[in-house]
Amino acid sequence: MTTTMTASDTDRFVEAFDAFEQALPASQPESLRQQRRQAIGRFSELGFPTLRQEEWRFTNVGPIARTPFSLDVTVDAVTAGSIERFSYEGTVQLTLVNGRFVPELSDLEDLPDGIVVCSMDEALAKHPEKVEPHLGRLASCEDHPFVALNTAFYRDGIFIWVPRNQVVEQPINLVLVGSPSAEPIAFFPRNLIVGGESSQVTVVEQYVTVGEGAYLTAPVTEIVAGDNAVVDHYKLQRESTEAFHMATFQLQLGRDSNVSSHSISWGGGLVRNDVNAVLDGEGGEATLNGLYMVEGTQLVDNHMRVDHVAAHCDSHELYKGILEGKARAVFNGRIYVHHGAQKTDAKQTNRNLLMSPDALCNSNPQLEIFADDVKCTHGSTVGQLDETAIFYLRSRGIGEEAARSLLTYAFAADIVERIKVGAVRQDLEEFLFRRLPKGDIVRQAV
Amino acid sequence: MNMSLLEIKNLHAQVEGQEILKGVDLVVNAGEIHAIMGPNGSGKSTLAQVLAGKEEYEVTEGEILYKGQDLLEMAPEERAREGIFMAFQYPVEIPGVSNVYFLKAALNAIRTHRGLEEMDAMDFLVYVREKMKVVKMDETLLNRPVNEGFSGGEKKRNEIFHMSVLDPVLAVLDETDSGLDIDALKIVAEGVNSLRSEERAFLVITHYQRLLNYIVPDVVHVLIDGRIVRTGGKDLALELEDKGYAWLEEPLGAGEPVSA
Repeated sequence: MTTTMTASDTDRFVEAFDAFEQALPASQPESLRQQRRQAIGRFSELGFPTLRQEEWRFTNVGPIARTPFSLDVTVDAVTAGSIERFSYEGTVQLTLVNGRFVPELSDLEDLPDGIVVCSMDEALAKHPEKVEPHLGRLASCEDHPFVALNTAFYRDGIFIWVPRNQVVEQPINLVLVGSPSAEPIAFFPRNLIVGGESSQVTVVEQYVTVGEGAYLTAPVTEIVAGDNAVVDHYKLQRESTEAFHMATFQLQLGRDSNVSSHSISWGGGLVRNDVNAVLDGEGGEATLNGLYMVEGTQLVDNHMRVDHVAAHCDSHELYKGILEGKARAVFNGRIYVHHGAQKTDAKQTNRNLLMSPDALCNSNPQLEIFADDVKCTHGSTVGQLDETAIFYLRSRGIGEEAARSLLTYAFAADIVERIKVGAVRQDLEEFLFRRLPKGDIVRQAV
Repeated sequence: MNMSLLEIKNLHAQVEGQEILKGVDLVVNAGEIHAIMGPNGSGKSTLAQVLAGKEEYEVTEGEILYKGQDLLEMAPEERAREGIFMAFQYPVEIPGVSNVYFLKAALNAIRTHRGLEEMDAMDFLVYVREKMKVVKMDETLLNRPVNEGFSGGEKKRNEIFHMSVLDPVLAVLDETDSGLDIDALKIVAEGVNSLRSEERAFLVITHYQRLLNYIVPDVVHVLIDGRIVRTGGKDLALELEDKGYAWLEEPLGAGEPVSA
């Protein structure tokens, strides 16, 4: 494994910036252009991370750094039929192809008045006053080269703004399609979801691939939950294994707000999810659940950071992983309880199931506590299926393979059952039935 | 045809290199209930596990014929599909797998093996409700994950419930009575008694004579140190109740002192 990083890997992006910036639409506010310039400056200082850096110790992004990605993307290769299976009945759908919003593949009917749901491009042109207070102010470029790259190079994304007291019944389904070309491409979707005071909204974010070829997607999704707002977020990472996926998910929780995130990853070759939640107002509650199922030589890295800034906030993290083949998983869970964040109740659990002797998991919980009246627990396990349970099932007539699949399903079900959007839950269940050997028996038995 | 249902001949078995069964001979015919009694560590549970096919138990000598076939060649699930059921001494909790759906999958695996059609959800529910009455099971336990959060008694009743649903030919009860209060014990016994038939046999492994007041065996065996040292009728159980096991523990003719 090499950790060598040449200057040219970083320079490729730095050199591409000027041309990229000049091609941006004139409607781009100067403040955001300024932000982009700072971000590319920061990226040129940071460079791509190496294994010598603590936060990237187990995740080698060398393959990304070495690939000469093109920023020229097209959107025409994706048809409605090719993404039909990612649509959910009863939802509003917005589709991005290679980071660009495609209205023809979107369905925005039935949205209630008052709510703003549109492309980031449109939002910047029509609602700058709603976007600018938040955009680029949450996820920090300071230490994260991929956030810096995104901030410099995002071309479009989705903007959702829910007014005060509005409850949005239909989940909003964001389908982010990677449509690779002959040459490797890179794109940087930038999404912002703002929930006003006492509002409620459910957002599904799916990352999918149509076609073949390598590409990099490094999305940043920021969520601002106002006081007493409720936001449910589901992310499904189901890209092809040729995809590099370097995502940051940034949550800002206001007073008495309640945000839940479910991050399901089974696609991508090299996947990194940075999930950062900042509990900024008293009474906030963050639920961060995740499920990753990787096989072959896939690597998925979930890097969590929960900042308890205000007192009386709860955070619950439950991440479960199923690793087959030579797959690798990294879980890094940092809980940071700031001075004064009394009565914090923070719980973090990471459980991993190794299905093969060659699979590998690095699980690393980190608690940093600077308040004295808090409850913080963490637990991390890496293990195999319970042989006693397998025998029990077999002794009732269930075949060995089916018994293993049943128990694997049961392990995952813990997360599956927490998914409140029926269509998403069914989608995931169907995936598991297809993925697991003897899935038809599992289907009968659960 | 005059074949016994189960024939165990000179069975030796070990776990982790330690020999537990040291030459067990046992013949069980259809329609019979056999009780196997013995002190702790005598090999009772090992015998049950070997019959069910647990891999950790290595058979080093002897054979087991079930319906005339070599049982030791069969995988645990094949044994189950051929009609062997073992009620576990410690039923396993399986979070995430619903009791009723699991049973449906198990029953259908068995039915398919026997050339019967799979039972659909509606028929299965009717069938299961009937069986539940036998063990007086609360319907809520049907939809809960297998054994998860069940009390000790509920777990044992659930085993008997599974047994009645899966309709075995040979049922092995591994200390199903241990730790039960008298009401639960009666329910377990009623479950067994209701399944008694000409075609079915039971091997009831128990540490306590009390169960045999409710399940009256045809034959009682005493297993000590890996061997069956005595076989008798139901009165043997009462004799053991009076005298304990010590009088049987002295090896015949050896005359050596036996430690407790």
